[in-house]
Amino acid sequence: MAKKTFRGGAHPPEHKELTQHKQIVDLPPPPRVTIPLTQHLGAAAKPIVEKGQVVLRGQVIAEATGYVSVPCHASLSGKVVSIAPMPHPFGGKMDSIIIESDGEDSWMEGIGVEETVDSLTVEEIKSRIQSAGLAGMGGAAFPTHVKLSPPKEKPIDTAILNGAECEPYLTSDHRLMLEATDDIVKGFRLIIRALGAKRGYIGVESNKPDAAKALAEACKDDPDIKVFLLQVKYPQGAEKQLIWALTRREVPSGGLPMDVGCLVQNVGTAEAVWNAIARRKPLTERVVTVTGPGVAHAGNFRVRIGAPFSQLVEAAGGLVDAGKVIMGGPMMGLAQPSLDVPVIKGTSGVMVLDQSSSRIPDPQPCILCARCVDICPMKLVPTRIATFVEYDMVDQAEKIGLLDCMECGTCSYVCPSKRNMVHWIKFGKLQVMAARKKARAAS
Amino acid sequence: MTDQEGLPTESPPTLFASAAPHIRDRASIPQIMYSVNGALIPALMGAIVIFGMRAAWLVLMSILSAVATEWTIQKLRKIPVTINDGSAILTGLLLAFNLPAGVPIWIPVVGSAFAIGIGKQVFGGLGYNPLNPALLGRAFLMASWPVHMTKDWLNPFWWTQANFHFFSWSVRVPGSSKIIDTVTGATPLEVFKTARGILLDPNSSPDKILAASDDLNAVLSSSKALFLGNVGGCIGETSALLLLLGAIFLLYRRVIGWKIPLAYLFTVAILAWVFSGTDGLFSGDPLFHILSGGVVLGAFFMATDLVTTPITYWGKIIFGTGCGVITIIIRLVGGYPEGCSYSILLMNLTTPLLDKYTLPKRFGLKPVPLREVRP
Repeated sequence: MAKKTFRGGAHPPEHKELTQHKQIVDLPPPPRVTIPLTQHLGAAAKPIVEKGQVVLRGQVIAEATGYVSVPCHASLSGKVVSIAPMPHPFGGKMDSIIIESDGEDSWMEGIGVEETVDSLTVEEIKSRIQSAGLAGMGGAAFPTHVKLSPPKEKPIDTAILNGAECEPYLTSDHRLMLEATDDIVKGFRLIIRALGAKRGYIGVESNKPDAAKALAEACKDDPDIKVFLLQVKYPQGAEKQLIWALTRREVPSGGLPMDVGCLVQNVGTAEAVWNAIARRKPLTERVVTVTGPGVAHAGNFRVRIGAPFSQLVEAAGGLVDAGKVIMGGPMMGLAQPSLDVPVIKGTSGVMVLDQSSSRIPDPQPCILCARCVDICPMKLVPTRIATFVEYDMVDQAEKIGLLDCMECGTCSYVCPSKRNMVHWIKFGKLQVMAARKKARAAS
Repeated sequence: MTDQEGLPTESPPTLFASAAPHIRDRASIPQIMYSVNGALIPALMGAIVIFGMRAAWLVLMSILSAVATEWTIQKLRKIPVTINDGSAILTGLLLAFNLPAGVPIWIPVVGSAFAIGIGKQVFGGLGYNPLNPALLGRAFLMASWPVHMTKDWLNPFWWTQANFHFFSWSVRVPGSSKIIDTVTGATPLEVFKTARGILLDPNSSPDKILAASDDLNAVLSSSKALFLGNVGGCIGETSALLLLLGAIFLLYRRVIGWKIPLAYLFTVAILAWVFSGTDGLFSGDPLFHILSGGVVLGAFFMATDLVTTPITYWGKIIFGTGCGVITIIIRLVGGYPEGCSYSILLMNLTTPLLDKYTLPKRFGLKPVPLREVRP
């Protein structure tokens, strides 16, 4: 089978061998969890518990505030000890609910019993997804039910399951595809049903042939679902690139996958969808890869939402000469100032670099080598956009595609001058957004 | 470590925080620059064999002058000294490659100082110079000391003749001030230009035409010598074979791209074939125009200079094509026998415009009809 791919991209060292054969280990509930009210894109959830209240695992502790919002659930049973701003992996402090474990870890009633799903209506599927607190588990954490509800004039004919996992080092999706294959496929079928899509594609990078084979086996009786091998190349799992690779449809600039009749969900989300609908299990845990040269025993762990990074690092044998802790992968992940931050719904990995690989060399002037131009998956001219922002010419940067950048980081990765192009581009986007907000407020 | 109340707290590991991506490719400016320097070593060795140790001294002085100028200016400006990145060495090397082998020792010294000082540091150093510094240095030398730059050609293997040896510095016969004819000689392109001029001139006398036609046939049938480098010319441009060895290395390592060199060579070949003959259109010799003069050196090592050439796909193609057109125009109708370096300098000036008007079509701007997918 020919491997599908997109134009551009790069080949950073993968280092998946550290964890790809490590089975997912279930971690016990930590003594306390810190559950931020903001774990998804959209409006923050609103707390509905009080300090001192006793909660059970799976109980709603904060409710959705609007359509583009999802509730939060207690990820263990115990007592709410405080509702206060706490360190958040996105940076700074955000309002969070802190629950101290009672050691029982007892579920709410009626959770975990498998039901038949055949009689459920599309509306029931979507409402169960929202009430389970599902947000995309690939990293961006967009509320899942919103993605499943495209407007009437933009019907979706192709649902795509993203098993590319193109970020170096991360293997949480890989392990999940191997260990929860059936749940993923069942969840994907529900997604296809909710959308009324004609077909489902599953894309897996060819460095995970075992996962692709398992998935193909699991959906071999389903003529509408096809599994495709993708070329190993970063950013193969980027939404627009994945759609192009599988369907040759080009999501328009500033548009969404639904504009070309597609929808992309991460394999982890599909598993969570099955749990949410068939087992009525809200999202209270997820699989996280703990890896990198800065931990003793890298591995894949199923951990409670809200558990501190330190629990994961301890489970991985502790830090070794650690220099940088990253939530996510090395290409797009966020560097963390400490291990106190909690695991959230979008935490796909905790990556620890050692001291020597943590420092990034000082940026040098651009020598116009055009490597970033050659590899940009969005066909932008990253060096020029970044330079415009650097020289305070954001309007010029916007004209040549500032807002089309998806911040995949490939340009900075290949740059021989080690320029922080993505950093400048993010900064420029913030300025554009602020200016737009101001203009809206004025008019 | 203690907290505000003086109680001991566990000291957290010192963690760095920086913007993504957190891993970077190994490629760096020094790696690129030293790759190009290394790729020029075969041609340098060839030049030393062909022109003797004299060539080595000229190259060495050129490099030393380039590096010293960069160091001095950066020290004076109190900015970080970047002589270790290999770019000043490259400028010195390329400038020396563009000199006749018989020039006095101060020519490369002055040329490199100008190349680095005015060509590069005045604009802010590496990455900011609009023109190729080495070629600017050469243009400066051409304008200032045209006699040295156009008459100091040495014949290949001149040092094997009587009175001279491999380490000879002076090109004059020992004990006399005379330069003997067997030491210096015209380059193939000079012969070509003169002979073609005579042949195309309706007023030329018959014996002149006969002699010119012999000369022309001689240089045109010398493509083997041109390929190997056994001809007169600048220090580094004579052997197409050795230059190509380095170029293949750079192409393989993706330090340079194929677009500019290919567009350049292709344009030169086509235009030479169409226009450079003496029997009307389509009677020219494309191979002669590719192999002679500085086209191979220019196409692979100077028209591919990263800083001064376009960064977009079509910008590069147009740039290479433009270099080819200007080279041939200068060779066939201009005042100089060779137009390679001026063609690149002139096209350098168009780089910002080319980049501006050849931006790639962004992903998502193409109006693609939504079609059914048949996997």
